[in-house]
Amino acid sequence: MVRLEPRRQHSQAMVYLSPVLAILMTLVVGGIIFAFLGKNPFDALYTFFILPINNSYGISELLVKATPLVIIAVGLAMGFRANVWNIGAEGQLTMGAIFGGGLALYFHDSESILLMPAMFVLGALGGAFWGAIPALLRTRFNANEILTSLMLTYVATLFLSFLVHGPWRNPEGFNFPESRPFPDAGLLPIIYDGTRVHLGTAVAVFVVIAGWLLLSKSVIGFQLRVVGKAPQAARHVGFRQKRMVWFTLLLGGALAGLAGLFEVAGPIGQLQPSISPGYGFTAIIVAFLGRLHPVGILFGGLIMALTYLGGELAQITLGLPNAVTGLFQGILLFFLLACDVLTKYRIRFGSIAAKGRTA
Amino acid sequence: MEWIVPFILTVITASTPLLLAATGELVTEKSGVLNLGVEGMMLVGAIAGFAVTASSGSATLGILAAVVAGTLMSLIFAFLTLTLMANQVATGLALTIFGVGFSALVGSGFVGFAIEPLPGLSIPGISAIPIVGPILFGQDFLVYLSIAAVIGVGWFLAKSRAGLVLKAVGDSHHSAHAIGYSVIKIRYLATMFGGAMAGLGGAYLSLSYTPMWAENMTAGRGWIALALVVFATWRPGRLVAGAYMFGLISVMQLHAQGAGIHVPSQFMSMLPYLATVIVLVIISSDRAKIRLNAPACIGQAFRAAQ
Repeated sequence: MVRLEPRRQHSQAMVYLSPVLAILMTLVVGGIIFAFLGKNPFDALYTFFILPINNSYGISELLVKATPLVIIAVGLAMGFRANVWNIGAEGQLTMGAIFGGGLALYFHDSESILLMPAMFVLGALGGAFWGAIPALLRTRFNANEILTSLMLTYVATLFLSFLVHGPWRNPEGFNFPESRPFPDAGLLPIIYDGTRVHLGTAVAVFVVIAGWLLLSKSVIGFQLRVVGKAPQAARHVGFRQKRMVWFTLLLGGALAGLAGLFEVAGPIGQLQPSISPGYGFTAIIVAFLGRLHPVGILFGGLIMALTYLGGELAQITLGLPNAVTGLFQGILLFFLLACDVLTKYRIRFGSIAAKGRTA
Repeated sequence: MEWIVPFILTVITASTPLLLAATGELVTEKSGVLNLGVEGMMLVGAIAGFAVTASSGSATLGILAAVVAGTLMSLIFAFLTLTLMANQVATGLALTIFGVGFSALVGSGFVGFAIEPLPGLSIPGISAIPIVGPILFGQDFLVYLSIAAVIGVGWFLAKSRAGLVLKAVGDSHHSAHAIGYSVIKIRYLATMFGGAMAGLGGAYLSLSYTPMWAENMTAGRGWIALALVVFATWRPGRLVAGAYMFGLISVMQLHAQGAGIHVPSQFMSMLPYLATVIVLVIISSDRAKIRLNAPACIGQAFRAAQ
């Protein structure tokens, strides 16, 4: 019989080992799934995880996809630490794109260098605004932020659809549901010629460093760490739960909004009905894969970005449905959560009675 | 007034999947387990039901497959949260992400397939009575089952000994364990019931509501079902009212155009989601009521002291 025996202290080794273990197990299960779909598992895994990044353009695309994931996940991780479950980052991303992108559309013949910074601010504000609603509803009315933030995601997506089908549709277009292209002053500069790597990628690195400092050096970062580990102790010392809710939802929303702005002002260049392949949801997995730590999230974001690239490539070369990406992401999260048990518990074989005899 | 019968029929169709899934989740939550994976379980139930019906030609087999699929999904959740004590919120999210991907993968071979919708009840003479006939005696099996399940769960929780044990486990797992009940086993069973019902809710969508398969066809209904349980303050009777109210709201967009209301369709589509938020706010702001009715141990891992 298998038993779980609590460890006296959390295993530090397992904190780092469990994500690696989870990735390996996901690869094994992935291989089995590919075999079921009638593909050679080794070819398929090679196509999925190696082929996309065996050239410099592939690596640059990896950075493009990892950018929104990392930015969003750093914000979400702060909330998850404090048991604030913002799962509406996809909606906050959409609102950021609407606010920031809307400014670019309003000034569509602008050449001002001030346009871009103003779009940054509005993008972050749009996301923070959408995060503030669940914060208000949780702190003022006790409403569960999981459900409200998710419901608001549907509302934001529908609102964007309304805008690009209606008032913001390109008047010079061919009646497609998309906005005007943004003016050059409203497009993010490319930071590496010949690729799509844009200024947002540099911002993502900055967000990781800032998030790390916030968590390790600031008072609120200390409170976030304590609330997550010992909520009752935190209440005794008088940390205010409401402040945590507001802080994490505003920060998470602002970062998601910024990521949304980067998508429309970067790779996309205009507003259209679909601006994200679920970055806001995948970022939840990135946050866990990165152990809710900004530096870990940097690696987690790159790995999850690879599943997007691999999924696209597998679709083209192997004819596998794009849904395989989502399946991999779900399985990885399962294994991550399962492996986490190893940090708190030791697995023992043999029954309790047997243990009693040897003791 | 001839629009009234078709209108009521569409409300019933829109409400049934919510009612099925919410009834299951209510039992799960009463045992102290919060499974946020309803959306994922519904999707996997929907594709399992559709795929088996389309392949075998038998809707009965399809419905059974949906029950099995939903139960298996809930077993993944139960193993992670109850046996390995993983965080319930994160595991529920993982279950939904997995379910979206898995159902889309299996379903990619079934897009565009057509099946016969579930047959309605047909009692010669009675089903033909104007108004009352089609509404009360012309529904399909799952509609009647959804009502029967709510009544059954209501009786189970209020009157049966097993129901009392289940509630005890949800309200105070340490006491329940101390007087000799197997907390983990009871929670496994309650979680599996939730999975089976979510599977049925999904099957209703793909076998009767549409009937076809489309990626992500639940469109948030699993999450609305979760909100309904809060709305009902964990009482089965109020679940029926809640599910039918949401059914009403979600079909309004279909009928608004006909009634000459010209609001952009996107705003009409927002209504069920906005209504969910508003309803949650109204119910949750009464903290005393929530504290009185919510299972006290909801979402907490249980580990027997050794």
